[in-house]
Amino acid sequence: MSQGLDNKKKVIGKPPNIVPPGVTGFCPGCHYGIFTRVALEVIDELGIAGRTIHDSGGGCYGGAMLLYPTDNCHGAHGPDLALATAIKRLHPDLIVWCQLGDGAALSIGLSHFVHTFLREEQLTLILLNNLCYGQTGGQMAPTTPLGMVTTTTPGGRDRKLHGLNIHTAEFVAQFEGCVYSARGALDTPAHYEQAKKMITTAFQKQIAGVNGTSFVEILTACPTNWGMKPVDSLNFMKEKMIPEYPLGEFKNVDLI
Amino acid sequence: MGDKIFIDGNEAIARGAIAAKCQLYAGYPITPQSEIGEFMSGEFPKLGKVFIQAEDEIAAIFMVEGASVAGDRAMTSTSSLGFSLMSEGISHMSSAEMPGVVVNVMRLGPGAGTIQEGQTDYRQATKGGGHGGYRCIVLAPCSVQECFDLTQLAFYLADKYRMPVVLLSSYLIGHMAEGVELSTKDCGPLPEKDYILTGTANRSDHVRRIGGLSAFGMRSPGVHESITKRLLGYKEKHQRIAESEIRYDSYQADDAQLLVVAFGSTSRMAKEAVRLARIEGIKAGLLRPITLWPFPGKAIKEAALRAGKVLVVEDNNGQMLEDVECAIQGHVAVRFLGIEGRNIETASGLIHPERIVQEMKSIL
Repeated sequence: MSQGLDNKKKVIGKPPNIVPPGVTGFCPGCHYGIFTRVALEVIDELGIAGRTIHDSGGGCYGGAMLLYPTDNCHGAHGPDLALATAIKRLHPDLIVWCQLGDGAALSIGLSHFVHTFLREEQLTLILLNNLCYGQTGGQMAPTTPLGMVTTTTPGGRDRKLHGLNIHTAEFVAQFEGCVYSARGALDTPAHYEQAKKMITTAFQKQIAGVNGTSFVEILTACPTNWGMKPVDSLNFMKEKMIPEYPLGEFKNVDLI
Repeated sequence: MGDKIFIDGNEAIARGAIAAKCQLYAGYPITPQSEIGEFMSGEFPKLGKVFIQAEDEIAAIFMVEGASVAGDRAMTSTSSLGFSLMSEGISHMSSAEMPGVVVNVMRLGPGAGTIQEGQTDYRQATKGGGHGGYRCIVLAPCSVQECFDLTQLAFYLADKYRMPVVLLSSYLIGHMAEGVELSTKDCGPLPEKDYILTGTANRSDHVRRIGGLSAFGMRSPGVHESITKRLLGYKEKHQRIAESEIRYDSYQADDAQLLVVAFGSTSRMAKEAVRLARIEGIKAGLLRPITLWPFPGKAIKEAALRAGKVLVVEDNNGQMLEDVECAIQGHVAVRFLGIEGRNIETASGLIHPERIVQEMKSIL
């Protein structure tokens, strides 16, 4: 019996050499802590921690700046992309990446988001899609699928009342200024590894100086605002979220 | 010495920024200041600097903050309603204590306003404008030469106090051409920027973080910072500025029996009015605040007590008037001439010197 358990103790990964200075403040079952881990693994393995600037805005991930042992800044909700743009333009040797939520990228900051691609800014953008506005209490987001109940769609998202949701990875892939677009998830170990490869590729575009913006959308669970137990939220992701937002690469070009 | 050339106020601001080693300009076109961005778009790339035509004013101000985060001098320019859009960013920069220069070439009135002369953004510029109780140093040029000089000073003060500095120009100053001596100013020494993000590999100290109150105060195990201490830090900084950065100019004010207080474009009209009044034997004088915040209230009070009569002239419905009345505290009667003094009722109206002299005579 105990031998059987021991057999499962196979080490499949190692902690990154750079670790957060404190514990996360995220809710139980939230994937933002897992995202922090995968982001740190990528930054560590690419050897860029010393020249990386992390930029984030308002939202649950806003406090994430405290979790990154790299230089970081906290801009505003949405226009933090403009802030990152200026840093990268003035200091092309730095690796500048932005962690965005549904609102920052797709609602209040959509204009900045689109123009970042149109200007071919050499930034790496990571969108954490949890189908709702997490920090403010689970209101409807641009990513909320039709039918989903949130605190501002109590009868479920209705196309006539609330409009349609956006599929961001497919949306940005059409921009010529987008050099990489992919969608991953963090609900299973296999998806974790897939997402890690996507994030790695997105950073590699910037490191190689590929002329354009690299983008990864990561599907994350928000059990607190979905009103589910963490394990149920994983089932929801598998049965509802991933079919709505399919995983995979939508663009991968090396235009230098 | 520097060359003297004939340019307008908008170009003088652009040239002043270049003289001050501004590395990034971001802006969104808006009348009556689009010439600043147009000038920058041609000159900045040639000088190896960054010009970005932003998607809107909000992006422009955050690009300025981004440059400051990385340690570079940056500027944006706009007009009235664009300045309102920038208020969020200016508030963020104030919170994070990031320097930057914001030029507001004013129009007249609320909403879209006119696209011509006005001084209706005094209160917005000097009292914060955005949320959260911040303050900006506000410099008000009255000539094209001052556009060039005060732009350089604005960059210096922004770095000295780590805050956004507002240059409050207007349509008339921006589109008026005068001779300007292009001499680079040495405003003084500045402390090393030990807060900027360079990547940890480029230095020996620990990770640096730049953010406002919420970024540091909410959930940061072991990294707590006192919010109270930070807010009181802003207050202490504002007090230091109020004690040491007041600037004003005066004309014939020493023996004046009627003190005129005016700033920016209107102060030029007021200066001419004082000259005309003196010819007629009226002992008038002018006091012109250059820093609208910190406000030269003490100097105005002293001059007002000496003169015994005060006339405030502004191209608005009475904004600086409130600061003058606050400074004088009822010791001297204060008369006001504003929009009602404009020569014509269209957007092209101005408060001419003759009208100011007429107002003086009605007081005496």
